[in-house]
Parts: sequence; C-alpha cells; structure tokens
Amino acid sequence: MREKLLEIRDLKVIYKTDEETVEAVNNIDLDLYKGESLGIVGETGAGKTTTALSIIRLLPYRVAKILSGEIIFNEQNLLELSEKDMRKIRGNNISMIFQDPMSSLNPVLTVEDQIAEVLRLHMDYGKEMIKKRVKEVLQLVGIPHDRMFEYPHQFSGGMKQRVGIAIALACDPDLLIADEPTTALDVTIQAQVLNMIDELQSRLKTSMILITHDLGVVAQTCDNVAIMYAGEIVESGTAKDIFEGERHHPYTEGLFGSIPNLDIDEKRLNPIQGVMPEPSMLPSGCRFHPRCPHCMDICIAESPQSKSFDGHHIKCHLFL
Amino acid sequence: MKRYIINRLLLLIPTILGVTFIIFTIMSLTPGDPGRIILGQGAEQADVDQFNRDLGLDRPFLVRYVTYVANAVRGDFGLSYRTGRPVYESIRNRFPFTVTLAFLGVLGSMIIGIPLGILSAVKQYSFWDILGSVSAMFLAAVPGFWLGLMLILFFSLRLGWLPSSGVGTYQHYIMPAITLAIPGAARILRLTRTTMLETIRTDYVRTARAKGAKERTVVWKHALRNALLPIVTSIGVSFAAALGGTVITEAVFALPGLGTLVITSIRMKDTPQVMAAVLLLSFLFMIIILLIDLTYGFIDPRIKSMYR
Repeated sequence: MREKLLEIRDLKVIYKTDEETVEAVNNIDLDLYKGESLGIVGETGAGKTTTALSIIRLLPYRVAKILSGEIIFNEQNLLELSEKDMRKIRGNNISMIFQDPMSSLNPVLTVEDQIAEVLRLHMDYGKEMIKKRVKEVLQLVGIPHDRMFEYPHQFSGGMKQRVGIAIALACDPDLLIADEPTTALDVTIQAQVLNMIDELQSRLKTSMILITHDLGVVAQTCDNVAIMYAGEIVESGTAKDIFEGERHHPYTEGLFGSIPNLDIDEKRLNPIQGVMPEPSMLPSGCRFHPRCPHCMDICIAESPQSKSFDGHHIKCHLFL
Repeated sequence: MKRYIINRLLLLIPTILGVTFIIFTIMSLTPGDPGRIILGQGAEQADVDQFNRDLGLDRPFLVRYVTYVANAVRGDFGLSYRTGRPVYESIRNRFPFTVTLAFLGVLGSMIIGIPLGILSAVKQYSFWDILGSVSAMFLAAVPGFWLGLMLILFFSLRLGWLPSSGVGTYQHYIMPAITLAIPGAARILRLTRTTMLETIRTDYVRTARAKGAKERTVVWKHALRNALLPIVTSIGVSFAAALGGTVITEAVFALPGLGTLVITSIRMKDTPQVMAAVLLLSFLFMIIILLIDLTYGFIDPRIKSMYR
C-alpha cells in the first residue's frame, strides 16, 4: 500500500514588495508517497522553486508570504511548526539540492566541514563517527575521500554538485528536494549527475521531488509528474499518464509539441505561442487562455476546476 | 606562501627608497632655510649662512641626498637641526604614545562598529538598523577636534572624571582613544552592514539554513567570514592612517605623539627629523598592508592558493 509522505493542500504564496504583489503559487495541491519521486515541470517563473522553498520554509524573509494552505509532512503541518522544530527537520528529514553548485557551497569552508556540519546538527555522533560518515557519503557520490580537506574552488562544477548531494544525503532524509540540480552543469555532466541522483534515490528509498524544466529528465527519473504554469498545477498524474495518456492540458501538449522530432525534417522549432504572463498581472479565468489554441469564452471568464481521471488530474475547461 | 612574503619584503626596499627621495626633494625645494628659522628673524645673515654651512646645506641637492641615503643604510639617520640630538631619540620617546593611541582607537572602532553593523544587517529596516544608520551618519560627520573638546568639557571640566591632557596613566588615553574611535566606528558599521547584507543573501547561506543551522551559526560562521575581507582592509588602513594622522587628537589632548613631532619638524625645516619619522611611518604602513594581505589568505582559501 502506498503511504503518503507529503501532502500539500491549497498552498498560496505571494511575494509582496512596495511596487507590486506577485502571485507566485496559487492554491496548489500535491501528493508525494513514500519511496516515490515526483517531477515538477514548468517554465522559469512558474512557481516551482517557490513551492520547494515553502516546504522547507526558507522563502525570502519578509518579502514572501504564505497566504493559505497546509503542508503535511509525516502527519504534521510544517506551516504550523515553530522555527526551532522546523530546524530539526531541515537537513535531517527534508533536505534540498540547489540549482547552482557554483554558489551554493561556502567558499571559505572545507568540503569536510560543510558535510560534517549537517551531521553535527542532527546526529548524535562522536568525532570519529562523523569523519567516517563524511567519507561514506563522499564515496556514495563518487568523490575520493582524500579530497575532503579541499575547498569548493578546487572542485569542478559537477563535483561541487556531488558535494551538494552528499550534504543533502548525509542524514538519510525522508524527502529530498532537488531544485533543477543539473541546469547549471554542462550537458555531459548533467547526465552523470542525474543518473547518480536517480540511482541513489532508488537505492536509498528516499522520496524525491525533482524540479526541472526538462521533460526528458522527468521521463527518465520520476514516478509522478506535475506540470506547473503561472503558479498553478495544470496537470498531474503518473509518468505514464503524462507521457502516454490520451488527454492532456493544452499547455502540456504545447510542451511536448515544442520538443523537436528527430524523425521528421523540421525547419523550425514549434514553441508555444506567446510568453508566460507577468506574475503580477495574471490574466482572468484560465491562466493559460491567452496562449491556448483551444480557448473558449468560458476560459476567459472562469478559472477551471481540476478534473480527475483515475488520479490523472487536468485543470482545463475542455474536460469539464 | 614563504616566497610570497619574501618577495613582498624585498619590494619594501625600492618603495622606501622612493619615499626618501620624494620627502627629501619636497623638504629641499620648498622655500625657507633652517638657519633662518632656527636662529630667528633677528639673526645676522653671516651667522645664518654659517649655520647652514655647518649642516652641509651648501652642497648640491643630489650630493646631500646620496649622502643621506648612504648614512641611513648604515643606521645613521642624523642629528636634528633643531635640537642637535640624534633624531631617533625624540622618535623613541614619542612613538609608544602614538602606537598605543592608534591601536586603542582602531580597537575601539572595531568593538563598536562590527557588532552594530552585523545587528543592522541581520535586522534590516528594524528600529536598531535605523538607529545604527542614523547615529553612524551623525558620528561620521562629527569633526574629531569638536568631539575631543566636548569630551573634555563634559568628562574633565563638568564631571572631573578624566584628565584633560598629557600622558601618564591609562586614564589619559580614554578620551583620545574615543575621539579617534568614533568616526572609524561609524565607517566600519556602515561597511559591515553593507557586506553582511550581501553575504546573508547568498546561496551558500541559504544552504546553511537548509541544513537546519541556527541563525546565529548562519550569521557568525557562514556569513561573517565571507563578509570580512573589506572590513579587514578598512581596519588595516585605518590603523596605518591613525599612526600618522592623529595630529588633531594629539593637539587637542596635548599628547606628545609622532604626528605633532612631524608637523613641528616640517615647520622648522628639520629635514633629518621629518625623514626619520616619515620613513618609520611608511615602513609600518607597508608592513600593515602586508599583514592585511596575509590575513586575506587566512580568511579566504581562494586567495591563499594564489599566494605562490
């Protein structure tokens, strides 16, 4: 039986500055089951990272506000925890791999120091045990442990991201959030790092949320997929629903349509027409209607409800 | 690292030579002659000429310069035109006051400036931040002599707690050190606030938070060390500047320091005295800058790896 690890209900996050209010995440629902992986796909600015940072409650202080919703993790609502209790969860039960390995490691501390820190915070280990565990996780991510006394600037980008992964996995988290872990790496290294994350995730039976804008990555790694557009989840389901299902949200269709087909001699790429709306000036009704090829009158007037086809959710008037 | 230090020390030689040449030139080419100034306006011209000849001032400029350098290399910095005593005597007497004062002043500005700067950054836009910024701007704008006089007025004349001038006990240093520390504290506060604001927004600080580290650890271990480079520079330069630039403070509190000595000697055209004092100050200045650069290496391993 699948056991729920994380449940996001009706989450709404805004960024408020003096000039404008940005509706970054709008009433999303998400479920993640133990041992499974969920891919969140969407363009830049769709609210993927905001969703991730909401889970570990590290949204930019003062600017970001969670207006409503619940994030239930292991049967407790993370949004109601005190900062002190939240600290016990960060790095220990939920850990995160960040997008840019170049800037995510502290330049003045050795790699050993940075991995050991998270162990010292959460594990009741002695000095020797910590050292042993640091070597262990370094080996896990394929870094020779004699490099543990080096500083981040002595590592290449891909190696730095491996260190980031080692930090994230050091305390055996229940949930690993990987926020575009390979976007900043070059293509050859991307595949290596991605394979490693995939392999470690299934070996360690960690649940994972993988944030990406690359459908290929999701197809390779994830059990479940959620497609985000303008702060909403427009379609979600199993990888099979998304990649092989018959019904799709027009945005998902657009995403697939924009991947060039190698079998046909295509002169031009087929991008989705238009650009994503300014998140401070979202359109009325369905957020996607200005770019949608199937736009109807109701789409401009009313925001569609999500409809479920056996766990495959689509938020579109076409299917209501 | 060793080679780097040796190279830097060797570089001191041409720099010091350059300094001697510039000071010597300025002292020689500016109008006025020591004989007239020291003997006074009423003295006979013949006596003045004789006095100058005794000092060797009738010889050409380059000859005098080369002689000076040749003597200085052997450790002979000459006699003061004014007192006829070896120049190092008055420097030795005054140097400790100046160093103590500069050290206390810089220490004071660090103790006030760094914590308040961190507080202002961590609690940006809070009451403390606004209070810190406003008082920093006010204090940076306060002239040293005015602050010194106000301190004397209040603590010496009104309350009678501290001596207003001279040297002798540690109490004599309190007000001069405060006078020197306040503007420096204001500068360090603003600088610390700015660099801390930058570092606490970096990705690696977010990584530290994502590990579950306490806010205190995040600020002191992860952010501060990265924010330290510009602060260290500023402190080092302030200290070096304070060594030569405490003249006003010395004057207000009647402290017999190096600054006063240099000013008096320049006015008296006492070239050997000026040369010796300025050489010592510029030597110290360069040593301090070297120490700052070495400190960088300790703070930031990326810089250390470049010191080859």
